[in-house]
Amino acid sequence: MVGLKFCEKLVARSENFEIIVYGEEPRPAYDRVHLSNFFSSFSAEDLLLTAPSWYEENNIKLMTGELVTKIDRHEKVIYTHSGRKDHYDILVLATGSSAFVPKIEGVERNGVFVYRTIEDLIQIRDYAHETKIATVIGGGLLGLEAAKAMIDLRQETHIVEFAGRLMPRQIDDDGSSILADKLKELGIHIHLGKSTVSINGNGKLEGVSFADGTSLETGLLVISAGIRPRDELAKNSGINVHSKGGILVDDFMKTSDENIYAIGEAICHNNIVYGLVAPGYEMAEVVVRQLIDDQVRSFRGFDMSTKLKLLGVDVGSFGDAFGETPGSMPVVLKDNRNGIYKRINISSDGKLLLGGILVGDATQFNLFHQMVANKMPMPLQPESLIFGTPSKQDGTGELKNIPDSAQICSCENISKGELVFQIIKNGMSSINELKKSTKACTGCGGCTPMVNDILKMTLETLGQKMKKALCEHFDYSRQELYDIIKVKEFKTFDQVLDSHGKGDGCEVCKPAVASLLASIWNEPIVHQSTIQDTNDRYLANIQKGGTYSVVPRIAGGEITPGKLMAIGRIANKYSLYTKITGGQRIDMFGARMDQLPNIWAELIAEGFESGHAYGKALRTVKSCVGSTWCRFGVQDSVAYAIFIENRYKGLRAPHKIKGAVSGCIRECAEAQSKDFGVIATEKGWNLYVCGNGGARPQHAKLLVTDVDTETCTKYIDRFLMFYIRTADPLTRTATWLNKMEGGLDYLREVIIDDCLGLCDQLESEIKGLIETYHCEWKKVVENPELQKQFKHFINSDDVDPALSFVEVRNQKLPSNWGNEKNK
Amino acid sequence: MEILNQLRTHTADDLTEIKIWFKAAPVSDFPENGGACVKYKDLQIAVFNFSRRNEWYACQNLCPHKMQMVLSRGMIGSTEGDPKIACPFHKRTFSLRNGLCLNGDEDRISVFPVKVEDGFIYIGFTR
Repeated sequence: MVGLKFCEKLVARSENFEIIVYGEEPRPAYDRVHLSNFFSSFSAEDLLLTAPSWYEENNIKLMTGELVTKIDRHEKVIYTHSGRKDHYDILVLATGSSAFVPKIEGVERNGVFVYRTIEDLIQIRDYAHETKIATVIGGGLLGLEAAKAMIDLRQETHIVEFAGRLMPRQIDDDGSSILADKLKELGIHIHLGKSTVSINGNGKLEGVSFADGTSLETGLLVISAGIRPRDELAKNSGINVHSKGGILVDDFMKTSDENIYAIGEAICHNNIVYGLVAPGYEMAEVVVRQLIDDQVRSFRGFDMSTKLKLLGVDVGSFGDAFGETPGSMPVVLKDNRNGIYKRINISSDGKLLLGGILVGDATQFNLFHQMVANKMPMPLQPESLIFGTPSKQDGTGELKNIPDSAQICSCENISKGELVFQIIKNGMSSINELKKSTKACTGCGGCTPMVNDILKMTLETLGQKMKKALCEHFDYSRQELYDIIKVKEFKTFDQVLDSHGKGDGCEVCKPAVASLLASIWNEPIVHQSTIQDTNDRYLANIQKGGTYSVVPRIAGGEITPGKLMAIGRIANKYSLYTKITGGQRIDMFGARMDQLPNIWAELIAEGFESGHAYGKALRTVKSCVGSTWCRFGVQDSVAYAIFIENRYKGLRAPHKIKGAVSGCIRECAEAQSKDFGVIATEKGWNLYVCGNGGARPQHAKLLVTDVDTETCTKYIDRFLMFYIRTADPLTRTATWLNKMEGGLDYLREVIIDDCLGLCDQLESEIKGLIETYHCEWKKVVENPELQKQFKHFINSDDVDPALSFVEVRNQKLPSNWGNEKNK
Repeated sequence: MEILNQLRTHTADDLTEIKIWFKAAPVSDFPENGGACVKYKDLQIAVFNFSRRNEWYACQNLCPHKMQMVLSRGMIGSTEGDPKIACPFHKRTFSLRNGLCLNGDEDRISVFPVKVEDGFIYIGFTR
């Protein structure tokens, strides 16, 4: 990674160098930081940092699979294991590091691996087919990454750590205990203070034994006990190395040979080996500046602050994390209930933040890190930094105090001043423009929230707001376009574009306008199919491999045995994979595009209609059985769920909408995780709004209590219509509410107290949409002309020959993404 | 990767290299401002009727990002005047003029010339 970064930096600034890259591994540089992603995607190609053609395009000669074995420093020649030899004027060693394997009895057994290269990962993956239990020795950064990989491989996962805590270099005992609790919740077993003395087995690996006499059964063992610099080439060539490992370099990354530089994890600078990528990038910068003789600077060590998300748990460690500065005073928040630990170390005079540790919630990491790095003043009550609501503290208030020299993106070394310059002088007004012009956020991405805040703050000082414009074709927000379309009675995308936009439209504004047209006029979307996203264009959900899935509506999750059998028969006939969805219906996967009209003709004949699973529309209203069967139920939740699902079916919105109705306070339908959720009480219904699951789950908020059925429905009517009218594109109700000024109180004033005098209009608008409901699939099945576009080829009746399937658990599944098959 | 190379051997740098004008389908079969997939020998070609600009474009049907045969089902549009196609899977966009990826590091896609004659669409190949 560091070697590639060096090449990128050099070719970007000079054409005067002929660059030849030798690498031992069979493939070009790849992303070791996200190595464990290999197990979730199984694609080595996804890990590549640059396209293989990049080297050629930049006139760099890339020699992979060539291990350099000797440097003849006198003749300035290198030799490789295959006998190749090459001349150099300047040599840069970026040989990296290898996994450290301690001398434990039995370490050579089958089933023992290290975790370092894609080849290691491939071997681990193949071996894990035969095993159920995997153990990782080492509870540091890499060890936890390896444990995540073991979970992905569906192993019962154990972590063994010699020290008394996890991540001993980054966090303290209390932080470790919170982290350990979180990992245990994920099913990881943790063994601390264990010194491994032998690795046992007979033919294959069976277990490990510890110094305290205990042992652990395991089928696979990953050793992740730290790294060792790859300094053997330097050492064998007479270059000075540190006695504990690492090529010795000066402040300009020069080795003991003046024509040879060394950078990255292979080096030792001031007795420190840097096992992180950001310092390596800075070293590359130091060398490049010398080579092109421009603004030469020295390497002055590097901040080892780290923030990462492991198995969904945030961990951050910054500055003097352990409070080793004399006189330093810790302030600690330990919240076992929510799994949050925060420690900040304050200077003896109470004026400076020295460092700290964050576990479970690291949203303040960037801010704290900047406060330490730039010696920013602290609030009078330093404890207020970690107690109280974080959302108010990580706002942009303190951002103004960060000096321009502060480094914001450590991967690309971009300062705050550079970002502000790009915004003010070069007119960058979106995060994408900034990414393009500065490369900020393109490495690990950790700085993105902060870059966003800086952008917002700087634009505000210029009297601008972050662009609300839909895209380059429309200078209007979604809400403005809603009013324009309604008032001007536009019915087509071209009418809107011709009168209020420019250019030809794109994949952002077309579906957004399509959704608005559907929300306002509710005309069949198939009549303007080419402005729809692919799912709406073909009225089905596109899946891996290019086939589609089919979901008929099963309102409230209630279905007769006869209809169940009909689904079974049709799925069987077309050889579809079937699965029960989270919304209490049945999804049929693997339908070819050309089969969709026939499948729907049969479904409609059996009395089904479209489930709109493909649309930004009402999906399902989930229900529990309620008072009809359940001994606890107090209201008929199924009947009400079916009523409201049928009421809002086909309703197009800025994003998908889900609802639920629970028959009593036990809440079996999980209504509080939905966009609208209704829970029965003795007296009527409680209505909750604006909840969602997904990446950032959020509980719905209680809007009204104990209302009767008619009133409840009226409030849902108004709520949905207000959302449809005012939300930004692709914004779920939860985010919509979070951004709403005045929040829930304001929402209540609008849709219950009618403070805007809008409610009559909202009700009549939604009534219009309910009355114009139509089953989109019925329209297609009745119209042969509309069916034509479902053919794969326009000039042949052949089906797509590229489709391929594998059989798993007695059903068909799509083959992997095409670019993974060749690996 | 083999298939990408195979596609490239059919593309031309300028129109003089075109040896075959393949008669694909009547103009009226193509949706307005949208695409359809044409079968030519073993190849799948995406053809777009950019009726708003009164222009036609053709490119490979294969999206190089995840190697999926879907570009013909994508949405067309423009960026700063240049015509582009967005893959329906992950919204990678490619220039319809030169095939370059506009929002990522994906491989360039092959593009082919299109002509309209007597109400039919013809696509140009080198072989």
